[in-house]
Amino acid sequence: MTEKTVDGDFDLIIEPHRTTADFIRELIHYRELFFFLAWRDIIVRYKQTAIGIVWSLIRPLLSMVIFTLVFGRVAKLPSEGVPYPILVYSAMLPWQYFSSALGTSAASLLNGGALVSKIYFPRLILPAASILLNAVDFLISFGLLCVLMLCYRFIPSPMIILLPLFFLPATLAALGLGCWFSALSVKYRDFQFVVPFMLQFGLFISPVGFSSSIIPERLRLLYSLNPMVGVIDGFRWCIQGTTVLYLPAVFLSIVISLLVFLSGIWFFRRIERSFADFI
Amino acid sequence: MSKTAIKIENLGKRYLLAHQAPHLLREALAYRGGRLVHRLTHPFERRAAPFTNVPSNSNKEEFWALRNLSFSVQEGERVGIIGRNGAGKSTLLKVLSRITEPTEGRVSLRGRVASLLEVGTGFHPELTGRENIYLNAAILGMTRAEIRRNFDAIVDFAGVEKFLDTPVKRYSSGMYVRLAFAIAAHLDSEILIVDEVLAVGDMEFQKKCMGKMDEVSHKEGRTILFVSHNMGAVSQLCSRAVCLERGHVVLDTNDVSEGVRQYMSASQDEAAMTEWRNPGNMFENQWFTPLRFGVYDEDGKPVSGAVDRRSRVWVEIEGVTATPNPALGVGYALYSNGALLYQSYQTDQAGGPDELQPLNQRVCLRTQIPVSLLNLGEQKIELLVQLHGRQWLVPPGRTTPSVFLRVDGMLNASPYCLTKRPGPVVLDVPWSLRPMSGE
Repeated sequence: MTEKTVDGDFDLIIEPHRTTADFIRELIHYRELFFFLAWRDIIVRYKQTAIGIVWSLIRPLLSMVIFTLVFGRVAKLPSEGVPYPILVYSAMLPWQYFSSALGTSAASLLNGGALVSKIYFPRLILPAASILLNAVDFLISFGLLCVLMLCYRFIPSPMIILLPLFFLPATLAALGLGCWFSALSVKYRDFQFVVPFMLQFGLFISPVGFSSSIIPERLRLLYSLNPMVGVIDGFRWCIQGTTVLYLPAVFLSIVISLLVFLSGIWFFRRIERSFADFI
Repeated sequence: MSKTAIKIENLGKRYLLAHQAPHLLREALAYRGGRLVHRLTHPFERRAAPFTNVPSNSNKEEFWALRNLSFSVQEGERVGIIGRNGAGKSTLLKVLSRITEPTEGRVSLRGRVASLLEVGTGFHPELTGRENIYLNAAILGMTRAEIRRNFDAIVDFAGVEKFLDTPVKRYSSGMYVRLAFAIAAHLDSEILIVDEVLAVGDMEFQKKCMGKMDEVSHKEGRTILFVSHNMGAVSQLCSRAVCLERGHVVLDTNDVSEGVRQYMSASQDEAAMTEWRNPGNMFENQWFTPLRFGVYDEDGKPVSGAVDRRSRVWVEIEGVTATPNPALGVGYALYSNGALLYQSYQTDQAGGPDELQPLNQRVCLRTQIPVSLLNLGEQKIELLVQLHGRQWLVPPGRTTPSVFLRVDGMLNASPYCLTKRPGPVVLDVPWSLRPMSGE
């Protein structure tokens, strides 16, 4: 919180349009708040539910069953020699993470309105902390994938150690978009309805229920503008090891999520000082 | 020799009132779209055609919550910020705590700022007391090491040892507030900003808070900015009073009780009437036509502003009688905070040694209001005139002449009596103590 300025004597100067000079240092100072907020979300989420943490297993499991039935059995899409549930689940995993991370971080400012209007802290902590909760869910779901692989006696590819490489762009994209939408929804409440719609839409245009190899070659690059395409393909590649990784998609995914992330932070910082006036 | 802790220079904060309503993207789009449709359907109209039902920049009303506000606070000072609702007190505190950005001017602060604008912000009802201490302290900017160091002191101050592992949703409101205050009070900050926390919580808690704030400012030399509507608390705690009005400083004095008194009389200006005069021939009758009715101080002047419980206040009723009647009762009813407290007539003394003569010609009746019995708040005094058992001459109702008296300030010297007390009256009856020898 302390901030050395040219004004020497004083620790803090409040002026219009003055941004905290030491943005990063301030975030580091408040790092514990970041963890406490995430920890609160995790505790509170399951405290009053009867089956508690099991919920984070049920959601991806049920979606996987439905996708397997619809795409694998009814539509009979190719499975590339991998059990269809695993094909679906290994894509479900990053998508579920991305979509719930984006959903919660986009809603974080409005949900934390009481905090924003009564206490000062770097506002960025709100959308960021809500992503941590989803990362924990991700780990639980990943455990479930391991169980699933055991059941199907499926040996994952050794490339599975590269999984964090694809986890990162998903996080950056979710946080970047989360910054955009949480900041926008403070001013325009309409955006709280845009995000769920976008996510629903995104589920069908991302290669979750099918493999992206069914996309015609000439459209592949265009299709890969969706940063989640590269992430989901990457997850499949890491886990199944049977697919050939379409590198341009991975590259695009990394670049686009980085852009989304940086622009999100930039936009958020630009208008964060007026949040309290609108909430 | 002491250094400046807070320096406020020409501070201003502007709100656009159109922004107060929740912003809808639809509005913005509807405006653009509406203009387009209008242009298409009225292609020959000139561009600057008047356009209704759309928000435009020109009808955004601006409102300066603070304007040209300047003052400095020295280290260790305890400043009470007083002023009516909407005077800008809360906006000032929000700017100082960096919650909202000023529109102009500058504030320089020395040292860490802890602000408590609301009790228990960030408390989560599902979490236990222990969990909430950690969470809330982190929200207020404490590091984990600091929390651990102060944990026992916080629990001790709040008195919630037994309930540490109970979710705070099961706490009584008193415990909840005590815990929240305790956390904020243990922040190691040089500047403590407190807004109206005393409005909640019981007497015991208020006394504890006051004690704690006194302690941090005296022993630890911390600077306190304290906003309250409770004038008793302000005069007890603060060493300086700054009064705001419409975003400006209108009064800044180190004589806190004088500042509080001035504020209280100023704040009465546009408020209540303390004297009624018959505008012509209202309530005209042969038995008693009221001419003047009001509340007056010791010097016989109409009361101005709020009074405290030590003041002496009289009701005077002036009127004319053409036909004297022994059944004529002239008096008043006192409604304390909206509820009838008592009625009093000049005939109350009839049959005793102090019985008054039947009223005749032009007279003035005078009686003292037992102000020391009154609770804090608004007292409405309504004129009553009747022929006992027969008819009302001044019928109670909307047109009844009434005047107002506001009781404010400390109830007693006791630190337990800073605010309005439960019950319609506040007693001023001494207690005695007699030591008993043990059996």
